[in-house]
Amino acid sequence: MRILKFIKQLTIIMAVAFLAELMERLIPLPIAASMYGLVLMLLGLITKVIPLEKVEGAADFLVEILPVLFVPPTVSIIANIDALKDILIPLVVICFSTTVLIMGVTGWVTQALFRRGEKTRKKEEDHE
Amino acid sequence: MNEILTDSTFFGMFLTLACYQVGVLVKRKVKVALATPLLVAVVLIIGILLVFHIDYENYENGAKYISYFLTPATVSLAVPLYRRMTLLKKHPAAIFGGIASGVLTAMVSIFLLSLVFGLTHEQYVTILPKSITTAIGMGVSDKMGGIPALTVVAISITGVTGTVLAEVICKLFRIREPIAKGLAIGTAAHALGTSKAMEIGEIEGAMSSLSIVVAGIMTVLAVQVFGGFI
Repeated sequence: MRILKFIKQLTIIMAVAFLAELMERLIPLPIAASMYGLVLMLLGLITKVIPLEKVEGAADFLVEILPVLFVPPTVSIIANIDALKDILIPLVVICFSTTVLIMGVTGWVTQALFRRGEKTRKKEEDHE
Repeated sequence: MNEILTDSTFFGMFLTLACYQVGVLVKRKVKVALATPLLVAVVLIIGILLVFHIDYENYENGAKYISYFLTPATVSLAVPLYRRMTLLKKHPAAIFGGIASGVLTAMVSIFLLSLVFGLTHEQYVTILPKSITTAIGMGVSDKMGGIPALTVVAISITGVTGTVLAEVICKLFRIREPIAKGLAIGTAAHALGTSKAMEIGEIEGAMSSLSIVVAGIMTVLAVQVFGGFI
């Protein structure tokens, strides 16, 4: 019974993935099928066309095994070892420095917007 | 060794799963941020292929079937995001504005540094999605003409940097609100950073995991413009 339910959930996810694959072929933009699928699934959940409990279990399973799925594509470094040597230094420098900057800016902007929002909310409450 | 493995379907699958198990064990024993199960597994597999002179094709022949699940698994990322939607509704301006500022900072700073280093288009778009989750970043790199395997390396370096420095950076930029801390960590250092955010606090962890997918979607859109700059 539980297995059958899982297969049902997997069917819905595969249907969305298939639809996304078709979109990738029809829409002339450099966007991966998985992105169309992710947005489709999100819209489906928000509009309740796809009820959460109809996909939840299988979706959680797939999300949890994601890191395992990254292994084979990453092993292909071995076929790109020269390309890696060529950009190793810029790669490390860029990844390190921009991460500090991105984290700082995101946090700073969020905090400023959040505090401003809280202030207006308090003012409104005072008026009432 | 090579002849007997030619066209084997299960060698690659078995090796991938076995090495991932070792990676999980190593992560449990060694408290080093760089020792993620993914990286340990990749290093192990490459080592085994090199030591036993096994062609990469013989590994890939079986292992590729595992990766076929990447698309449905990425589609499934909508589920954890949907569960966090109520958080989004509480502070939409701060959350969307904050993540957008982070994505824009990523695009501009990577573009400028790529100019400084004189990177080619292929190298530039390989690094461009380095702050977002691997599932989305690999697709961006592939579609824009980058090298997805190297994008995974960039994403891993980013994740480790963000995880190790999260608390220092928050202090440095005087980020004190939990919501701001979570979004900063998730937007800059994706899922790896999120595990750190969860250690710091509940709101931090929830916000961080919310920002992973939102930042990913925004980056896919931003790359449509920034990807053409080099």
